[in-house]
Amino acid sequence: MTRAALLLAGLSAFAFAVPAAAQSGHAGHGGTHPAPMPMPMPEKPASTGAGDHGQMEMPAEATCAPEHAAMGHCSPADAPPDASADPACPPEHAAMGHCTPTIAPRTEPMPSGAVGTDLPAGDAPAPPPPGDWYADRLYPKADMEHSRHAMMLENGAQTTAFLSFNLAEYQARKGRDGYRWDAEGWYGGDINRVTVKSEGEGNFGEAIESVETQLLYSRAIDAYFNLQAGIRQDLGHGPDRTYATVGFEGLAPYWFEVEGALFLSNKGDVSARIEGYYDQRITQKLVLQPMAEFNIAAQDVPESGIGSGLSDMELGLRLRYEIVKEFAPYVGVEWARKFGDTARFARAAGEGASGVSFVMGLRAWF
Amino acid sequence: MRVMQIDRRRFIGGAATGGAAAALAAWFPAWAQPVSAGLKAQLPTVSGDDITLRIARQTMRVDGKVSRAIGINGTIPGPLVRLKEGQQARLTVVNDLDEESSIHWHGLILPFHMDGVPGVSFPGIKARSTFVYEFPVVQAGTYWYHSHSGLQEQIGHYGPIVIDPKDADPIGYDREHVIVLSDHSQLSPEAIFRKLKVNPGHFNMQRQTLGGLLAGEDQPLKDRIEWGAMRMDPTDVADVNGSTYTFLINGHGPRDNWTALFGPGERVRLRIVNASAMSIFNVRIPGLGMTIVQADGLNVVPLPVDEFQIGVAETYDVIVTPAADRAYSFIAEVNDRSGMARATLAPRAGMVAAVPALRKRPLATMKDMGMGAMDSGAGGGDAACAPEHAAMGHCTPADAAAAGDHAAMGHGAGGMEHSMRDFSVAPQVKRDPSVQTISPMPVDRMGEPGQGLEDVGHKVLTYRDLVALERNPDVRAPSRSLDIHLTGNMERFMWSFDGVKMSDHHEPIPFIEGERVRVNLINDSMMVHPIHLHGHFFELVTGKGDRAPRKHTVIVQPGGIATFDFTADALGDWAFHCHLLYHMHAGMMRVVSVRPKGEAA
Repeated sequence: MTRAALLLAGLSAFAFAVPAAAQSGHAGHGGTHPAPMPMPMPEKPASTGAGDHGQMEMPAEATCAPEHAAMGHCSPADAPPDASADPACPPEHAAMGHCTPTIAPRTEPMPSGAVGTDLPAGDAPAPPPPGDWYADRLYPKADMEHSRHAMMLENGAQTTAFLSFNLAEYQARKGRDGYRWDAEGWYGGDINRVTVKSEGEGNFGEAIESVETQLLYSRAIDAYFNLQAGIRQDLGHGPDRTYATVGFEGLAPYWFEVEGALFLSNKGDVSARIEGYYDQRITQKLVLQPMAEFNIAAQDVPESGIGSGLSDMELGLRLRYEIVKEFAPYVGVEWARKFGDTARFARAAGEGASGVSFVMGLRAWF
Repeated sequence: MRVMQIDRRRFIGGAATGGAAAALAAWFPAWAQPVSAGLKAQLPTVSGDDITLRIARQTMRVDGKVSRAIGINGTIPGPLVRLKEGQQARLTVVNDLDEESSIHWHGLILPFHMDGVPGVSFPGIKARSTFVYEFPVVQAGTYWYHSHSGLQEQIGHYGPIVIDPKDADPIGYDREHVIVLSDHSQLSPEAIFRKLKVNPGHFNMQRQTLGGLLAGEDQPLKDRIEWGAMRMDPTDVADVNGSTYTFLINGHGPRDNWTALFGPGERVRLRIVNASAMSIFNVRIPGLGMTIVQADGLNVVPLPVDEFQIGVAETYDVIVTPAADRAYSFIAEVNDRSGMARATLAPRAGMVAAVPALRKRPLATMKDMGMGAMDSGAGGGDAACAPEHAAMGHCTPADAAAAGDHAAMGHGAGGMEHSMRDFSVAPQVKRDPSVQTISPMPVDRMGEPGQGLEDVGHKVLTYRDLVALERNPDVRAPSRSLDIHLTGNMERFMWSFDGVKMSDHHEPIPFIEGERVRVNLINDSMMVHPIHLHGHFFELVTGKGDRAPRKHTVIVQPGGIATFDFTADALGDWAFHCHLLYHMHAGMMRVVSVRPKGEAA
């Protein structure tokens, strides 16, 4: 406080300026005891003012400013002012909420003697937005148009390109070892994007087993999910089908990244897929990622080795180390199993219906 | 062009004067400034009636590492622009870049066409061209300037402004230092923005982990599950932070240890400017109390504090009176505690003081999600602290003091899930993917010191503590009020007002010249936003009547409300935006128009 007082030495106006810190601790006061002034106030009791505005220290010509009159706080000129304030409750006490003047304000209740930011706001209508730009009056309109357009784009309309490999791995298992990738890229803004997805797998020393590529239009439909629609093209082992697809991708409650899609092939076959993963951070850089994928078919598609119903599922557990977030090598294990007719087709082809792979790979994005 | 450019090596801090003489100190030639030798480089200064500022590419060296930058007159920060209230400023800005640039004079009251926002107040300064800003200087205090073009501000395009009052300065001091806080990354700003877009939370290296859970740290499992159900990360405090930033004081990293000299017993005025792109700092000088004497350039009733939070673009002037012949560490810890800027106050160059360790990072609470009223019943009232008393600063309602109160989190988090995005609470907000949450029960948080500062064991500034030194120039009641929701989606890094990005919406927010309006800024996000209105000062509605603190930038705490009154007295179109650079860049900006009555369309 001493420091504060020294600061203000010579400026008598600040005699009232008790720092706010000195005002804490008044929570319990009541009644009418004289309390320190919480803020600078005019010294003279305002007995001649108009009712509750007496102590507002208004300039003479503003005794009843139009906006106050509009709010019914006062009447201009011809209306006589209130006789006087309640002597038992001087304005400066009323202002502090210590008492309520017995002479009630004429209109709606308001903390008596409130000034400035303590006053309630009125309900005047908002003006309509203007139809022109002010800077066009001073600068060449074409220049302004150009920079206005640039400013709009600069603040929220950026487009972004993104490419990520969620999986890019070597798979060690009984029989031939294999490989697998799962990548996604997109280009666009916050709402509309072009998305490309690619996934595939195969065994070393054999022709590639499957390659699936999707070209999708993606649209943000809520805070967390994107709706995606487009085409899917399969290549590799088996018939090279083309599909129409519609699906979703996003963040589910409890931080599950999920993705699902329906596929309609050019042969009229219908299938669906749902997959998801969860990133469990063990440390800031070490992340355990359980994942699951389920494929479902509406009918048997023998030439693709797919049976109706739940055709296959995959469970994986990968532990990655984020050297940087964009570059994270991992190790893990994956268990895949085919069901029903799909399993039967596999066995008929001399393949196993289930299998475990140990994987090592890289999760990376650019 | 004749330019009065004072010797760059001149110390800004050297003025050993007091009272009215302080104003004159700026006009002393460099050699007359009483300074010690050996001090690290100080801010160069330009002053006078005709100043030239040249914007150009350069490199900067921070803690020994060199990076690409944009500087002004060859330095980062740019030179201190020292003006005098009442003068006519003429600032010739030469853009030597191969791209458009601009300078916005942050906090200065001037004609709108000199405000320096491309696309709003002028067409910008084209590559390799010059623009002359001319305006009367109608105020005094500490301000700053920066680019309003692209992301140039992040890489060095900023500097301080000090305007000396035309009359005696009510703040007496023997010596002054300007302290410009900023953040610096080796990544380009474009790369930072892109990473935020494609990988939200990219820079957060303080997440809750399984290891932490097992060690009994952070939230218990139950809370983690409840927060997970809401897809809310309580460690999401700063989007860009110490994992990529080095925090600078006057362009110097913590290891560079910029040093400000003082004489023991002197009253030293520190003019602190937060010129960061994204960093909100908590400022303290261990062992030395500070007295806040100015906020956003305007004098306030002197207020002793031990620490204060300074939002991006805010300024605070403090007086310190170090009596001992020892060094003190000036610490500006970023709000998520991922790093700090550090300088030294010392009687002689070369001295150092202990640097405190970073404190534990704060976790967001239910209150930060806009459930502030939950812990005090449906009404949100506190019988022991009636509103009119609270408004007078006599007491603090219990709910306002409960930030960080984990008890408040205990109940109903899961049950709250469905109401975290209830648009009926805020009908004006566009139902849009850019809106992740709507604060169901936001409360006024201007009486709180900021995240992580509720229980630091010493006095921390809150907005409610500030009292203007002079009576407010306009004490009329607002004729209307206006709600503006601060909306965002942390998972998509989308930021907006009322669910509408700048790029989506051309139409300005209209005001009639002279009208007085109460603006309620309602933070529907779990991030803090420093909101800046160009061309005007506004009065915070904190129960200070006609001594409301007047500011140009206000922090709106997560899930909270900040309210100001302002008089739309500056004709023209003005920018209005979140001063977190990448939030603005993501769309958190609008144009405000002030037109004469009857002129509206």
